[in-house]
Amino acid sequence: MHPAPSIIMFTALSGVGFGLLIWLGLGVPVLSSWTAFWAFGLAYGLSVVGLISSTLHLGHPERALKAFSQWRSSWLSREGVVSVAALLVMAPFAFWRVFLVPGGVGGLVGLDGLAGLEWLRWLGVLGAALSLLTVICTSMIYAQLKTVPRWNMGLVPVLFVLFSISGGALVTAPVAQTVMGTVVMLLVLTVLQWGYWRQGDRRFAAAGHSMETATGLGGIGSVRLLESPHSGTNYLLREMAFQIGRKHQRRLRLIAAVMVGLVPALLLVTVPLWWAGLVALGVHLVGLFASRWLFFAEAEHVVGLYYGKR
Amino acid sequence: MTTLPATTEKKLGLAIDLDTCVGCHACVISCKEWNTSNYGAPLSDTDAYGADPVGSFLNRVHTFEVTPDLGEAEKQVIGETPIAQVVHFPKSCLHCEDAPCVTVCPTGASYKRTEDGIVLVNEDDCIGCGLCAWACPYGAREMDPVEQVMKKCTLCVDRIYNENLPEEDREPACVRTCPAGARHFGDFADPDSNVSQLVAERGGISLMEEQGTRPVNQYLPPRQKTLADLAAKNSGFQGGCGTALAAEAKDAPGFFGWLDRALDKMG
Repeated sequence: MHPAPSIIMFTALSGVGFGLLIWLGLGVPVLSSWTAFWAFGLAYGLSVVGLISSTLHLGHPERALKAFSQWRSSWLSREGVVSVAALLVMAPFAFWRVFLVPGGVGGLVGLDGLAGLEWLRWLGVLGAALSLLTVICTSMIYAQLKTVPRWNMGLVPVLFVLFSISGGALVTAPVAQTVMGTVVMLLVLTVLQWGYWRQGDRRFAAAGHSMETATGLGGIGSVRLLESPHSGTNYLLREMAFQIGRKHQRRLRLIAAVMVGLVPALLLVTVPLWWAGLVALGVHLVGLFASRWLFFAEAEHVVGLYYGKR
Repeated sequence: MTTLPATTEKKLGLAIDLDTCVGCHACVISCKEWNTSNYGAPLSDTDAYGADPVGSFLNRVHTFEVTPDLGEAEKQVIGETPIAQVVHFPKSCLHCEDAPCVTVCPTGASYKRTEDGIVLVNEDDCIGCGLCAWACPYGAREMDPVEQVMKKCTLCVDRIYNENLPEEDREPACVRTCPAGARHFGDFADPDSNVSQLVAERGGISLMEEQGTRPVNQYLPPRQKTLADLAAKNSGFQGGCGTALAAEAKDAPGFFGWLDRALDKMG
């Protein structure tokens, strides 16, 4: 599949953003005032930039609102609905933590320390649940596609969720005193990433697709393409039989495997300062981008069989 | 709604005869012509006369070579040995009963009609996300390079019910134009229809059945040809066709015959 930068940005950034929102919503850690301001700012920033980026590859972004209508049947529509719901539900909770708690930023205009708002933490929990659901919906956009056997497995939602919650946990780990838990998540993530590649490499053959089943001509012999239907390229080949992206497969896998979990984990363990979380996030994002590039570039669509390609 | 109808009254579709198709691409061109000037946005081309032409088509003809996997027994009787053959393979939307392209659509632009099972795109609602094309195993959907909306075969919905057309034209453009008669249009829900009968007689095949899409369109497989067929064809060409041509040249009737003889006499 064609690894469109807008889609890589979308899945990667919104994944980490919603991951951070999950932890903030659950109160791990409980942040207030300016610390909360920067943490929620980062979480909302990543999520929103990711979501906006997803509209960049649309042919008609001006009609994007229509995509909220088919949540009954479409994972892409569900993703849109749930992501907006998560951001809206989380907003009052974030506002409370940033402005209204005792010593909050609202103190600048005398609005801090308002009593009776404790119940807002339940909105945080609900927002966290919706954020998690958003990440699951994002992963299902890909995992539902039988046409891409490498994506069509249960490991994909698990991997996306783990990427999201470990990426989110990274940022606040030194502040929240959750370094050990985060390190464990990062190591599990690294193992699962390898597992995804290993299992994914076998998926196409295991699904039983071949030029013979694609053409239905297997009954009379083995099939090869003699002549392509067109001398130039077309949308299908550009979008779904995009093979150039696989050129640096091995190197990118190595980069992803090291940067996604191992280096950030090492950083968190050795540097017990608040900014270690941000540096670790930077490293993690490099690994995540490499991983997502491969997620798309390595994915083989069955339509390639009609062109003698994978 | 992008949920699929549980069942459709009719199952309109095509039966494509791979034994008859000669790979002339007339269906491709006829389809492009009809559909560029009728339903929805035109089927555009970019750089049509340049080095990198790209365009959207709703129908494409692939050409495959099929080589039989010979067992020992088949090698023994020379005349019955199956031979490799070229199969021209037109491919367009199969109007699947479990169309995965419809359910993934986030806007409701893609839908399957309850009355006849035709899968269509309402282009005004299409945001051009491309997910339906990803969901289709057959490459039946192409994003138009200029309009940036998803294009697909409409089974010429604007021909088959069109009372402004003479009755013989009320079938898909590809079917109407096929000079070999390799494409058949009909209702697969009716066991007595032309297409249902053809499929029953010839053992119609579904493409990539393991995807679980239950395509309506069926392909009639080519007969396995043998060395004996090849020999018969060749002898026919030399003995039959060749001599017929020679005879025609000798005894051409009418004015041209007279002219031929007259010119011969001039020396």
